[in-house]
Amino acid sequence: MSASSGEITSGLMSRGSLWRLPRGVRRCIAPIALIAVWQAIAAAGWLSPQTMPAPSLIVASFWNLIVTGQLWPNLLISLGRVLVGLTAGVTVGTLMALWSGLTRLGEDVVDPSVQMARTLPHLALIPLMILWFGIGETPKIVIIALGATFPIYLNLFAAIRGADRKLQEAGVVLGLTRQETIWHVVLPAALPGFLVGLRQALGIAWISLVVAEQINANTGIGSLVMNARDFLQTDVIFDGLLVYAALGLGTDRLVRLLENRLLAWRPVSLPV
Amino acid sequence: MNMLREVLPEMQARESAGPAVEVRGLTREFGGNAVLRGLDLSIQPGEFVALLGRSGSGKSTLLRTLAGLDAAPAGTVQVPEKRTVVFQEPRLLPWKRVWRNVTLGLRVTDPKTRAEAALAEVGLGHRLNAWPLTLSGGEAQRAALARALVREPALLLLDEPFAALDALTRIKMQALVTDLWRAHSPAVLLVTHDVDEALMLADRALVLENGKIALDVQVTMERPRQPDQAQFGEQRRLLLAALGVHG
Repeated sequence: MSASSGEITSGLMSRGSLWRLPRGVRRCIAPIALIAVWQAIAAAGWLSPQTMPAPSLIVASFWNLIVTGQLWPNLLISLGRVLVGLTAGVTVGTLMALWSGLTRLGEDVVDPSVQMARTLPHLALIPLMILWFGIGETPKIVIIALGATFPIYLNLFAAIRGADRKLQEAGVVLGLTRQETIWHVVLPAALPGFLVGLRQALGIAWISLVVAEQINANTGIGSLVMNARDFLQTDVIFDGLLVYAALGLGTDRLVRLLENRLLAWRPVSLPV
Repeated sequence: MNMLREVLPEMQARESAGPAVEVRGLTREFGGNAVLRGLDLSIQPGEFVALLGRSGSGKSTLLRTLAGLDAAPAGTVQVPEKRTVVFQEPRLLPWKRVWRNVTLGLRVTDPKTRAEAALAEVGLGHRLNAWPLTLSGGEAQRAALARALVREPALLLLDEPFAALDALTRIKMQALVTDLWRAHSPAVLLVTHDVDEALMLADRALVLENGKIALDVQVTMERPRQPDQAQFGEQRRLLLAALGVHG
């Protein structure tokens, strides 16, 4: 697709030397230029390092975090929180969606409560969580789990209910039992919806982590950033942002790889 | 009143003798509107019956009842337990490879061997491991036929299986169905709105009208049949007239 759009637009645009560069290189030009301008402005002394440190300073302090051993333990702790919270949230959301999606009883029991609860921003529950669970790991993980539960539930429930009736009928005439129809027809049909839910849950899990760690934490990327704020180390705050961005991007890629693997039956797998 | 459920268990005993399909007084209403009204139908083992009717005449309702997909018919319906359907759409599961689609729900010890044989029979021996969404319309429908025949049904229900295919593919598929029917000799009920198709394929052509079988025509022409045969044109006019089309 990328090649053909290049072909088509090339007739309309002047063929400067930029066109001879590979597309991947061309796409890097603007971000690199932006960083270069930023660096130049900082070097000219127009930006105070407390407001906006130069990219070179940010890189240097990042390297410092690595060599002093501050980065990895905090990174692992943050990753661990997201992993545990996400696993719990995905498990609960999946179980509720299965019960609610596959049985009327489950729908009547689960769906109204979940639909009500999901309208409440889960981050608003943080004060309550702190009252209930103190300031240890539990409230952070519960907040992440809560945030991840709803997108999984909503997407999986809709996908189960939206599973192609005609394929289910085909299952019946081929002599599948109800259990077999669920296993061979309904659940595979719901898998793409589940994966969409997983990606949303992942995004919300990272947001929840950031908020939970900034409110109270002695460990994790969030605490690194909060300490940096107290000591006016703006460069370290930027390091924290970079780490969050990389983690979010990296885990999203993982889910997309998972999608391409699990949904290999689609005629064209989406590019990662 | 759910007679179908009560009748089903005793069908196995009936499979060896008597008609393959025996329907008596079948009535089916949708919201007070009767689509089938006291319909009687019997199909002999190995007989190829085509069911014609205008849209909304209840053809598909009848087929779905025989398939066991319609929940609430009134009347008696006796059908063989070994029966299956090929729909207008192939209805292959896109997440299962072609041969796994063919063996879906098949309870035998050597499913893959059976699938290979069935797919080879419909000319798809080379697409065993293909994903269904990569098949052409004709290939997908042939896979659906293989999936039906691998079950060795005593009754094969065909719900306009060629309607979505292009004209050339349709002709090939009609020939294939004829060959498969000869090789396996199931009783066939083909629902179609194509009079020529009915006359090309069937031993008997029925016209469904006002919820009953309004016309029952024996098609005795030798196979392979040609549309330019005298009897073909005659029966064509007869069936078209019954369908309200006057040439």
